[in-house]
Amino acid sequence: MATDTIAWQKDVDGAIAEAKRAQKPLLLDFTAAPA
Amino acid sequence: MYPDPQVSELISRQFVPVRIHVKEQPTMWKRFNIRWTPTVLILAPDGAEAFRLEGYLPRDEFLAQLHLGLGFLAVNQKKWQPARQEFESVVERFPETDAAPEALYWAGVAKYSNSHDPNELRALGRQFKERYTDTAWAKRASIW
Repeated sequence: MATDTIAWQKDVDGAIAEAKRAQKPLLLDFTAAPA
Repeated sequence: MYPDPQVSELISRQFVPVRIHVKEQPTMWKRFNIRWTPTVLILAPDGAEAFRLEGYLPRDEFLAQLHLGLGFLAVNQKKWQPARQEFESVVERFPETDAAPEALYWAGVAKYSNSHDPNELRALGRQFKERYTDTAWAKRASIW
């Protein structure tokens, strides 16, 4: 089975700060699936 | 969905990716007004929401929606040419998806917004007489 290769972050505000610095949009994935 | 290499590549290349689990970060659900899972939000670099996708979609539909979201990010910044390119890429690459007629509509809007030429809107109206004729987007374009 293939694995998820995306480097997901958990800290939303930290990610927004990174996005501002990099001028890159964010993708937020809200899930209830088991980890 | 995410193990798919095309999906992973697009997300990793275009976005700062964040995953929020309901049990781990319940306050984030209220902050972003989440009603259901899965929900994907696309935010501008300043954190402003640009696009919302609720519920599961198959791969091509999901990829098409992500490109729609990138198009709306550009629209919100009044970057009409990149917006048009994103929307047209949806129509060209994913013509059979539900996102395609919406993308066709917004590609026309982006063209018009860039040029202010009403012929762009008339051309859009003609396109919807030839394809995607039974969609809600054809109804919206019928005024032209």
